[in-house]
Amino acid sequence: MRSKVVLRRLLRNKQARYGFIALLVLVLLAYVGPYFGNYDWTDKDFLAFMSAPDADHWWGTTSIGQDMYAITLRGMQKSIIIGLLVALISTGLAAIVGAFAGYFGGWVDKMLMWGVDLLLVLPSFLIISIISPQLGQGASWLWFVVLLAAFSWMITSRVVRSMTLAIREREYVLAAVYMGIPRWKIIFRHIVPNLSSLLIIDATLNVSGAIIGEAALSFFGFGIQPPDVSLGTLIADGSRNATGYPWLFAFPAGLLVALVLSVNMIGDGLRDALDPGSNS
Amino acid sequence: MSILEVSDLTVTFPGGIQAVRGVSYGVERGEVLGIVGESGSGKSVTSLAVMGLLPNNAQVSGSVKLHGRELLGMDEEELIKIRGKSISMIFQDPLSAFTPVFTIGDQIAEAVRVHQKVAKDKAAKRAVELLDLVGIPNPNLRAKAFPHEFSGGMRQRAMIAMAIANDPDLLICDEPTTALDVTIQAQVLEVLKTAQQETGAGIVMITHDLGVIAGMADRVLVMYAGKPVEQGPVDDIYYRPRMPYTMGLLASIPRIDGEEGPLVPIEGNPPSPAALPPGCPFAPRCPMKVDMCDDEEPSLTPFAGGRHVACIRAHEIEHKGLTGADVFPVPVIPPSDVVRVPRTERATVLELDDMIRHYPLMKGAVLKRRVGTVYAVDGITLDIAEGETLALVGESGCGKTTTLQQIMQLQPPQGGRVVVLGKDSAKLDRAGRQALRRDLQIVFQDPMAALDPRMPVGDIIAEPLRAHGKKDVRAKVEELLQLVGLAPEHAERYPQQFSGGQRQRIGIARALALEPRLLVLDEPVSALDVSIQAGVINLLEELKNRLGLSYLFVAHDLAVVRHLADRVAVMYLGRIAEIGTVENVYDHPAHPYTQALLSAIPLPDPELERTRKRILLEGDLPSPADPPSGCRFRTRCPKFAVLSEAERRRCVDEEPSVARLANAVDHGAACHYAEEIEVITASDDQEEK
Amino acid sequence: MGKYLLRRLAINVILVAIAASLAYMLAATTMNPRAAYEGRQPPVPEATIDATLNEYNLNDKVPVIQRYATWAGGVITGDFGKTWNGGSVNAEAGRRIMVSLRLMLIGTLLGFAVGVAVGAWSAVRQYKLSDRLTGVLSFVIMAIPVFVLATLLAIATYNLNQGVGHTLIEYTGEYNPKLAGWDQFVNRLNHLILPTISLSLGLIAYYSRIQRNMMLDVLNQDFVRTAMAKGLRRRTALIKHALRTALIPVATYFAFAFGTMFTGAIFTESIFSWHGMGAWLVDSIHQNDVNSVAAVTFFTAVCVLGAAFLSDVLVAALDPRVRVN
Repeated sequence: MRSKVVLRRLLRNKQARYGFIALLVLVLLAYVGPYFGNYDWTDKDFLAFMSAPDADHWWGTTSIGQDMYAITLRGMQKSIIIGLLVALISTGLAAIVGAFAGYFGGWVDKMLMWGVDLLLVLPSFLIISIISPQLGQGASWLWFVVLLAAFSWMITSRVVRSMTLAIREREYVLAAVYMGIPRWKIIFRHIVPNLSSLLIIDATLNVSGAIIGEAALSFFGFGIQPPDVSLGTLIADGSRNATGYPWLFAFPAGLLVALVLSVNMIGDGLRDALDPGSNS
Repeated sequence: MSILEVSDLTVTFPGGIQAVRGVSYGVERGEVLGIVGESGSGKSVTSLAVMGLLPNNAQVSGSVKLHGRELLGMDEEELIKIRGKSISMIFQDPLSAFTPVFTIGDQIAEAVRVHQKVAKDKAAKRAVELLDLVGIPNPNLRAKAFPHEFSGGMRQRAMIAMAIANDPDLLICDEPTTALDVTIQAQVLEVLKTAQQETGAGIVMITHDLGVIAGMADRVLVMYAGKPVEQGPVDDIYYRPRMPYTMGLLASIPRIDGEEGPLVPIEGNPPSPAALPPGCPFAPRCPMKVDMCDDEEPSLTPFAGGRHVACIRAHEIEHKGLTGADVFPVPVIPPSDVVRVPRTERATVLELDDMIRHYPLMKGAVLKRRVGTVYAVDGITLDIAEGETLALVGESGCGKTTTLQQIMQLQPPQGGRVVVLGKDSAKLDRAGRQALRRDLQIVFQDPMAALDPRMPVGDIIAEPLRAHGKKDVRAKVEELLQLVGLAPEHAERYPQQFSGGQRQRIGIARALALEPRLLVLDEPVSALDVSIQAGVINLLEELKNRLGLSYLFVAHDLAVVRHLADRVAVMYLGRIAEIGTVENVYDHPAHPYTQALLSAIPLPDPELERTRKRILLEGDLPSPADPPSGCRFRTRCPKFAVLSEAERRRCVDEEPSVARLANAVDHGAACHYAEEIEVITASDDQEEK
Repeated sequence: MGKYLLRRLAINVILVAIAASLAYMLAATTMNPRAAYEGRQPPVPEATIDATLNEYNLNDKVPVIQRYATWAGGVITGDFGKTWNGGSVNAEAGRRIMVSLRLMLIGTLLGFAVGVAVGAWSAVRQYKLSDRLTGVLSFVIMAIPVFVLATLLAIATYNLNQGVGHTLIEYTGEYNPKLAGWDQFVNRLNHLILPTISLSLGLIAYYSRIQRNMMLDVLNQDFVRTAMAKGLRRRTALIKHALRTALIPVATYFAFAFGTMFTGAIFTESIFSWHGMGAWLVDSIHQNDVNSVAAVTFFTAVCVLGAAFLSDVLVAALDPRVRVN
């Protein structure tokens, strides 16, 4: 019944509605769009290098004759998958670490939070940059997802921890303790469900964070490795020639911004719907 | 002529929620008008509308005239000259009502400088004077303190100082003492009276506490569902109520001077302002309802002697001389079988022996370090026999909650012994502790916080059953729901869909699921409205008798305690001050603290309130981290003040322990100079006078 | 207080040491400085390469623990070792630190100040057109990654300069070494414009949202109502009582924002060809420069912890409730 209220509030929220529509269009474009294009993303058209958008190559071609339309959508698919996976892993990790640290307190809390501090101090950019090119081909992008997730959960876990500290003192948690329910069960039954608003919002915003993070690393060649492509690698290639050949930069960059914007709008709308007390 | 004239005021919030539906009243100079009502009756919204402080999305209509000038629709430039100057307001929660980052002195000086052209240092000096006037010690120093460094009572005094800074004509007090302990409440009400004498202002006093109104108000307005239902001089309202709601309200309050026995409950809940019944809003709960009540909402019509009543049967009530007890059905509670056995022959279900619980005192949020020890519970001894209710009473900070937690944890205490049902908590192993939890359950204070909002009620009640591996959970849940007066189909709903009283019943059902023998009740009715409270108290009483339970009842409301408890232990700063049967302690209190506590409780009886002498305590509760030497109460003790130097010596040097009083079987006090006196005069009948 | 600060300093020193050591270990085990010498024409004899790498403490034939010990010994005495081609890491860092700090400090302060001002203004004018407009704008800005923003700015400036016919706004490098005195100072400022905008625009958007939300949260609290009940104007009550109180939670975000600042600096420095720490990080990874990587890590760890400490001090200064007498 609560979920119905939330859904209704969410649909009434203009921002979230636009966000959903935009995201839907973008996802459809990424996954259905390629079937309508004239070229596959692996095709190279040796008759058209750096050609401007026309009827044949809708979004133009690259310096080696790849079709920008096909290759950009391929890159967007990768970006979306990476965003979703990273958000899922990192929010889950944040919830578990934060809730355990907050609920158990004492040395468990100290150790976990110390680990969080350490990870915050380490430059994640550097570590991912060093490791990811070493991973080799094949399923390497999955490792890349793991790396991105490993460095994006810490701040949320701190928030989860401090909220757990508050929930721990709630009477319904005390009631469960006095009933003799084991502590790990209390965490999963009473604490994590009551953080769900925060976690849903966080997961949404983590999607856009991860998409940006992926693009940022790929921009310097530390993320997705060729021949695979992502929005980040495409933007990096495009930005070098952006002044003369704007289509190389404009399409991937524009889609990236649109993707991030729509996800952020949904996240903000969710916050309004799930947490009526806040004014965001 | 009236200072303030409110007529036909209505307030509507978005979504068609009519919070206030036609309120009219006038306040004369020097007069105190009391507005009473339960939560959601629209009493606070009315006063915010008068001040023009409602959010922009509220639609206000009607008229509010101050000295004949219309305030509604006045633009901000004009309004700011009136707010804080002609009308001042005192808010309920003084912690959130002060800006946390400015000093108290600055905030009062700001109020001065908004309306008077004075220099900064002059305003600061005036702030100190005002703090002195409301009885804050060392006002020079305290003016430089931040709000969080003040105690609740001090903050409310400072709030009053700020309100009277510009010599207002009208003071609006919105539940000014609700967040305070009774002894502090008595002090603050005293300050409020001084402030009124000082300024000659009219006062609008908004509260749900019928005792406070009885002692303060000249006239009373009773509100229900956004509308006044009865209005008149205070004595008329209290002794000759003519509207069934007022009658029920007055009959349902437990009184410290009342006798035992079931309370008069008002069935049902106040209507939601979004879904009002067609006729009289009180009709669904009214035992005197006739068909005509549903036709049209009765308006507030003049009645004899300057009073107004909104009830079509008011004249009939007057004519027959009906009272609340006549009109509202009083439930019959079967007596307990257990108590027929003398107390000494019954089993002991709980025994605390010199129990100690200390905490490290940490300071600072960012720079945390230990700066001392909080002596939260410092050696208390008590026992509960089977079938008995022991009440643990005391003001906030006395250690009653810590005591309760220590018992519930079933862990070895830092000092002394905790024995539950014959088992010493220090000697329990894991399995033994888990098994003992079946017999020891708890009901919490806040019925909202005690139920997980994301679980349906059926799962909430089933949780203890499942945790202890019980089979056939469903049937048991239905049985429990019926036991506490709810329907089995309620199991599928979520806690948010229930009212406060119903939620508390769910909490009780959960506590009873494992058929415990000892139930710990942590302020079970203090978060509930008066009319709901009576029903829950009756339920607790009935369950105890039917199921042979024993209760440890922690409370600060001594009137509720008198109704529910057999024995009472009064706590002060981590120690027991007085313990004994309810009759002994209430009728012949021997400890000066108990005496002050009992005398501070306002009675819902205007005549008694006017003649009653109060024992006012000085100052605040000392910090439990730094309790006074010897007797902990001596710093505030009215008796200590009149002792000779030699006699005082003993109070300072030697900590008194609970000693049995000579002429009583079950009555002891921890005072070197204990002396029984009577503080509550037994009330005559509360009927027509 | 002194004892507390000392303890905190000790913990931070340990954190920095661990962070730098981890980065060193990671770099030393995965990077291959030998590659820079192996592919040369004419081929360099292996013994010579070994000797050179030994001299720089970069030889992968030496056990990593031993290399680490040599490196750590140097760091304790203040020597961060040699770059991949024998330069001094200390000298290189000395040249670059001020470049990065200048960029980041100006960016942070500008972002914080303008962001808070915009947010407060937006909150006071809640639901008016200007509030909605800044809301939409900050939303769009927050969706644009720094490297896209910087590239867009560079393109726009290039076109602008083409349009006016001379270099109105500089878009590459830190300054023009040919100029001197006042001219050079103006020129430096001109070079700062684009990197500062691309660094701080995101921060402004971020802080303005936080400040607006915090202020609106505070707005509905009792003390603002009290301030108005005293006779203050709504606007005065908001600015004096709400803004001041709402700054406290915003200040706690300071530490987090500084961490992302360095990542932003990596992009802006690279895109606008500034020779700062960020650009150095990218270069040293490409060049398998183990010691430089460790030094940059050391620098960022110190920055992040410094910002965390600063934000705590800021919160304590703003909020009397957390101060200890």
